[in-house]
Amino acid sequence: MASLDDLKKRISSVKSTQKITKAMKMVAAAKLRRAQESAEKGRPYSDKMNNIILNLSNGISDIDNAPKLLSGTGEDKVHLCVVMTSDRGLCGGFNTNIIKKAKLYFQKILDEGKTLKIITVGTKGYDQLKRLYGDNIIERISFKESKNINYFDADKVGKIVIEKFEKKEFDVCTIFYNQFKNVITQIPQEQQIIPLKTSEKDENSSEDNFEFEPEEDEILSNLLPKNISTQIFKAMLENSASEQGSRMSAMDNATRNAGEMVDKLTIEYNRSRQAAITKELIEIISGAESL
Amino acid sequence: MSEEYSLEIVNPEKSFLSKNDVTEVVVPAFEGEIGILKDHISLISFLKPGIIKIFSKSGEESFYVNDGIIEFKDNNLSILTSLILNLKDIDKEKISEIQKSAEEQLNKTDINDQEKYLLDQKLDVLKSIN
Repeated sequence: MASLDDLKKRISSVKSTQKITKAMKMVAAAKLRRAQESAEKGRPYSDKMNNIILNLSNGISDIDNAPKLLSGTGEDKVHLCVVMTSDRGLCGGFNTNIIKKAKLYFQKILDEGKTLKIITVGTKGYDQLKRLYGDNIIERISFKESKNINYFDADKVGKIVIEKFEKKEFDVCTIFYNQFKNVITQIPQEQQIIPLKTSEKDENSSEDNFEFEPEEDEILSNLLPKNISTQIFKAMLENSASEQGSRMSAMDNATRNAGEMVDKLTIEYNRSRQAAITKELIEIISGAESL
Repeated sequence: MSEEYSLEIVNPEKSFLSKNDVTEVVVPAFEGEIGILKDHISLISFLKPGIIKIFSKSGEESFYVNDGIIEFKDNNLSILTSLILNLKDIDKEKISEIQKSAEEQLNKTDINDQEKYLLDQKLDVLKSIN
């Protein structure tokens, strides 16, 4: 059995760990509120963008000449995956869930004999992927320095993706991120951004006759790159809200576990202290008796 | 019959401005300025760097935009833009910063005509407000 001193040390170390996890939980909770707010505020932009693109692509007269970003290259050989993770750890299953989802997809791609290219956003994703897919990673981006998520960071990623697309380095682009549902639930998502999937049903858009200035195709070819940045930005916002949510619940659990551990250790400490006292008493009594 | 319609300006971070009493909006569309009044035909267009002027019951307001897309439909005007600044409380430093980066980009050799055109426009506008 561990000595009294050892137990004491362990109790105090668990207690200080508990303090840290508690503080982290509180910080995450505060950040979560802000992240959630900005995720909600960011929604109108991407929703509107989607709407306009939907209207535009319905209005487009000549499908064959549609911009490549919309219709794709017509091939399906090289897949680019943008895996978005966090820069910091200690956030429960947040990164692991995205990576798991991404790995499944990677496996599917490779099994079909297609080429896989990966861009990682956030250092944690790179750390987890470099061992298995190190050769496939063509670019890694991290925004550790920027304090808040801003559109220009997302735009940077978007521009890299578009540049590579224009150089015909890939045919299909998919992004991976966690969608924020609530504090306990984050759903890992895969979203194809090139070619764009306009899956939403077009209810009333057919009757609207829009006037375009300049021509539809020209607007579209200007708009689509922006849409990619917007989608990435949306993913980043969702991701950051998810990260904080995930961290909060992970730290909450850790704090609770630490509390349980302290209780257990304290009981053990008290028992062994009592045992030591009893032992000493017996020794004194039997010593006195023998006199 | 009122002459007013509603306007919403959104940037990626948030909904920037929302008004219900605008009478006219002048936007710097790619092929020239467009003034939009009530009951305009449905319209989609995109913007070049320039000044948006908003006339409403409560007065006139001007904003600088870097780029953007506008959609007008059923007397609702939506403007999506990545960067928008109110001219009233504009930050001179911020303007010079944008100006500088635009100049740098203009000096690069590998830009195409359209980009050059947009950058030139941007510089003109920035100079005029600075």
